[in-house]
Amino acid sequence: MAIETLIIWLIPLPPFLAFFLIILFTNKNKMLSHGLGVGAAILSWLGSMFVIYKALTDDHFSAFEGTLKWLPIGESTDTWFSIGVMIDPLGATVLFFVSITIFMIFLYSIGYHNFGQPKGDKDQPGLPPHGATIKQGKGKSITVPSIEPLYARFFAFLSLFAFGMYLLVVSDNLLTMFVGWEIMGLCSYLLIGFWYGKKSARDAAIKAFMTTRIGDVFMLLGIVFLYTATGTLTFREIFTEETLAALAGAPAILGLSAAGAISLLLFIGTIGKSAQWPLHVWLPDAMEGPTPVSAMIHAATMVSAGVYALIRMFPLLTADFSGHGLTTAMSIIAFIGAFTALFAATIAVAQNDIKRVLAYSTISQLGFMIAALGIGAYVAAVFHLVTHAFFKALLFLGSGSVIHGMEHGVLHTGKHKVDPQNMFNMGGLRTKMPVTFWTFLIGGFALSGFPVITAGFWSKDEILADAWGNGHMVVFITLAIAAFLTAFYTMRQITLTFLGKPRTKEAGHAHETPWTMTVPLVILSVFAIGFGWVGIPEHFPVLGGILPNWFHNFVGHTLTHPPEVLKFDIVPLATSLVVALGGLGFGYLAYRNVKSPADDKLQISVLKNKWYFDEIYDFIFVKPAYWVSETLIYKWIDRGLIDGILHSFGTVIGFLGYSIRKYFDLKLINDFFSDGSARVTQWFGGRLQPIQTGHIQQYMLASLGLIIIIGGILLSLLVQ
Amino acid sequence: MDFINNYLLTLILFSPILIALIILFLPKERTKLLRWTALIGSLVPFALSLVLWFSFNSSADGFQFEEQYNWYEAINSSLHLGVDGLSLTMVLLTTFLTPLAILASFSISDRVKPYMALFLMLETGMLGVFLSLDLLIFFVFWEVGLMPMYFLINQWGSANREYASLKFIIYTIGGSLGLLLAVQMLGVAFGTYDMPKLFELWTAAESLNNIPEWLDIKTVKAVAFWAFVLAFAVKVPLWPFHTWLPDAHTEAPTAGSMILAGVLLKLGAYGFLRLILPFYPEQAQTFAGVLAFLATASIVFGAFAAYAQTDFKRLVAYSSVNHMGFVILGIAAAAKVGLDNTDLAMNLSKNIALNGAILQMFNHGLSAAGMFFLVGVIYDRTHTRNLNDYGGLFTLVPIYGGILIFTSMASLGLPGLNGFISEFLVVRGTWPIFTLYTAISMLGLLFTGAYVLKGVKNVLHGPLNKHWAGGEHKVSEINIREIIVMAPIMVTILWIGIWPAWILKVINKAVISIF
Repeated sequence: MAIETLIIWLIPLPPFLAFFLIILFTNKNKMLSHGLGVGAAILSWLGSMFVIYKALTDDHFSAFEGTLKWLPIGESTDTWFSIGVMIDPLGATVLFFVSITIFMIFLYSIGYHNFGQPKGDKDQPGLPPHGATIKQGKGKSITVPSIEPLYARFFAFLSLFAFGMYLLVVSDNLLTMFVGWEIMGLCSYLLIGFWYGKKSARDAAIKAFMTTRIGDVFMLLGIVFLYTATGTLTFREIFTEETLAALAGAPAILGLSAAGAISLLLFIGTIGKSAQWPLHVWLPDAMEGPTPVSAMIHAATMVSAGVYALIRMFPLLTADFSGHGLTTAMSIIAFIGAFTALFAATIAVAQNDIKRVLAYSTISQLGFMIAALGIGAYVAAVFHLVTHAFFKALLFLGSGSVIHGMEHGVLHTGKHKVDPQNMFNMGGLRTKMPVTFWTFLIGGFALSGFPVITAGFWSKDEILADAWGNGHMVVFITLAIAAFLTAFYTMRQITLTFLGKPRTKEAGHAHETPWTMTVPLVILSVFAIGFGWVGIPEHFPVLGGILPNWFHNFVGHTLTHPPEVLKFDIVPLATSLVVALGGLGFGYLAYRNVKSPADDKLQISVLKNKWYFDEIYDFIFVKPAYWVSETLIYKWIDRGLIDGILHSFGTVIGFLGYSIRKYFDLKLINDFFSDGSARVTQWFGGRLQPIQTGHIQQYMLASLGLIIIIGGILLSLLVQ
Repeated sequence: MDFINNYLLTLILFSPILIALIILFLPKERTKLLRWTALIGSLVPFALSLVLWFSFNSSADGFQFEEQYNWYEAINSSLHLGVDGLSLTMVLLTTFLTPLAILASFSISDRVKPYMALFLMLETGMLGVFLSLDLLIFFVFWEVGLMPMYFLINQWGSANREYASLKFIIYTIGGSLGLLLAVQMLGVAFGTYDMPKLFELWTAAESLNNIPEWLDIKTVKAVAFWAFVLAFAVKVPLWPFHTWLPDAHTEAPTAGSMILAGVLLKLGAYGFLRLILPFYPEQAQTFAGVLAFLATASIVFGAFAAYAQTDFKRLVAYSSVNHMGFVILGIAAAAKVGLDNTDLAMNLSKNIALNGAILQMFNHGLSAAGMFFLVGVIYDRTHTRNLNDYGGLFTLVPIYGGILIFTSMASLGLPGLNGFISEFLVVRGTWPIFTLYTAISMLGLLFTGAYVLKGVKNVLHGPLNKHWAGGEHKVSEINIREIIVMAPIMVTILWIGIWPAWILKVINKAVISIF
């Protein structure tokens, strides 16, 4: 086994071990616990970097692979279902951003959970820390942030999450990928419900798990369908020309080919995981989760897994795609992606919670990627996936830093009613938290697609160019509008949070967060700008060709037939520039003087209430589910019908038994035979009394006579 | 060592009852002595079955370690024992869970002596079913297993135990009446009860001795098939014969529920695999659709009904209906394909479905036993099973909470733990055969998530119910003894989830050679 293959096998292992070590042994010791977690993250990061380095320096790199016999099933004793690891250009790219963001999350969590601060006065496990009071002599005391009571547990969950993500990325087959996928689902459940004492957090955790599980069961069907059709789940074996051609040729249902049907089933899994309409409802609620850190984990990193899965399945999705006119499956995917991109952006415009804006923004950006895949823009989707992961991680961590700073202010004034996440309570944080401000600005501009310097510009522009270039006008226009809204709500967020003057005392007393939190921000902002430059299109005016379009070449070679480079066109570029700058400009102009929600013209109730999807789902799915299980199936069928029949058997047999006793046993047997025979015996007894004389000789004589008679009878029987 | 090797199965089968006899001679007030004797005694068959597991040749066909003794010569019934991969896994499950259930029963202080003795008798009854290769002996042990369970529920159960134990015994005995008749018919017709012989004779039979002439053999086989199915379906339990189960479980003592869910239900599924598929391949193929329908109904309705519960133990009980449905679904798919199908793809699906079904039996044994034990642990402390009475206990019992979440996730079928592998295999095997039923059963899988999370939510999460926080009602953390009960179960759950080859190898060989 080559060294890089061995390393790939080992990458997911350190966090896995860290999880068990923390849970089993070090959970009492906070220092040791985060040491283990961070140590594991560093090891995995180093391993990933080594593998990526090897991949980049290998001129003929196509993939590093390793397999292992896992399940002994099949018609003979030596047929196995094998699992394995594989890093190809796509895998290496994803591994790159995953390992960096995970490492940053670990580092950041130390500061966010107030390591080094005293224990809280009234803190209890399962609830957010409320702060600790410190005496400063002369009877004066101040309130400072207190350490999270379940500090060690947080790092354990984080480690398990990292394991799930790494497992997903290094898998060479759908089954272990699905294992990683679901482990992350569990982690998101555990992390959203981390402060389980809060009812809202508990319900949000269940909502997240159940909504994604809807997608997962369809995905499971897709996996078994694929396994049945091809006899394997290993990517390399599925994505051969013959297999794909066979799948594309085999009809399934509703006019779909097998390839299309499987793609759609798997895509439903992506809809759940990546929170696309109509399964988007869990992600905003997931912001109930304790920290922006955990929010970031499953909103910026885990949700990427859904898109990643779809990217992986791209050869299958496009198996019956001739290049002209989308297939049914692709049209559906393009529609869902584009619709979600726009739909989520409209909601983000009206949210006031700093984390929720980002949550909807994530849904919207993932929609961009999915729409890109739907129209066959492979490289553009991967590019946006990577750049988005960097700048969205940066934004989530930045928002965490803002909230942390605001909590400082809240502790200072002691007014716990003030919501440290509501952007209308902020303002003017620019001067209070300079590092957070500048990094957030970079992240926000990248998200908006600020021209040329930010990574988001290059990746989003590529998606638009692809849509335009291949003539998918509906997708192009929808995404352009969504991009405009994106820039608009991002600028709204930046204006409300950082610009102007503090609108509350708390905002006035906010201050910058510790280095463990700001260092990750700075590192991520480097990528939020720089990563765009690896994918500048060759024919771009002025800049094109200065740096080679390395990304396109590298990632494109994941596919058997690398996609061609598009011709440059001015229309999509102009559109990109107009929507990004226009959105940013409008956002600033509209919100620079807004003081309270009342001044905000876009607080429209249908947007604030997310188009009422929660209410609609509650009415058509959740309530009926309760009724079906509690009333129909349990009360009526089980207790009523089935047990009713059983009990009626009991009643009938009981009645039968009773009747037999009353009319047969008592009347016939007892009265007639038993009691009757008793009376007969008594009667005979009375009559026979005289022969009981008490003389022994008479008895013996009678006995002798009886013996002779019986003996005679027996003898006659025998002789016969 | 030779002695052990030569009489291994007899030793495994009768050592529990031997220990039970010893216990009968111990003074009844020495509860500590009684408990430890039972525990250490029950480790004997476990140790022996480990010997069996490791000396079993997993690449050989047919039965191994066969033993045969005269038992009832007049009707040609003999004590014929033997194991193959199928029965071996079930024997291991039984001897593995019994010591844990006995350790779990250390909290019982009422009439310890008869309790422990009954428990060990129960073990012999269950092992007898798995080990016997003689139909009559099979039936005898089948019934032997019932009686101790009846008394365990009836004597050591909770409030509504009279009703539950009566329902349990009448239902299962009623179900097996047909089985008894069918077994007799086979014995009379062929003059033997020996399974390996009957596998040959009965399936090939063109006519039957001692059967009225006006009955044609097709009808006889069909009737006998349904007699077998009914007996086993009640035991599994298959919807709509399942309503005894929630009652029996809810009222049974904790360890009783562990064994009931862990092993007793497997007897039914084992009957399907050991007797119905080999004896009635044609009938099974004809009626496979009905079985698949009932299995799907079990999966879906079981999950919905579990979700409807407010009693924690009842919720877990219904989860058994849901999980065992997958076992029968896999078996039905295999039945549909039939024994001599020549289509390679279909045979592969059958193979995978059966592997999944058997592994699911083992896996459900682990997770259900674990879940029932954990319900018992919290019940011992709170004396309530009502889910609405708990709330936020995670703060008070973090270790218990962790264990509960882990075991719940195994029950939910989380990938990485054992349940996922078996469910995946069943779904994969069934998909090309019963596509629609497989798709519908996904609804059950979805609601598995819903009810499992409902349990966790009500017990552990949410605002803390102050009632349990202090004073005389204070809920204490899970103790060392209880952790020792759970630890082997959890380790095995994880082990199979990550590296299932050790057990699937044995199962797959059995599947290849039997079916």
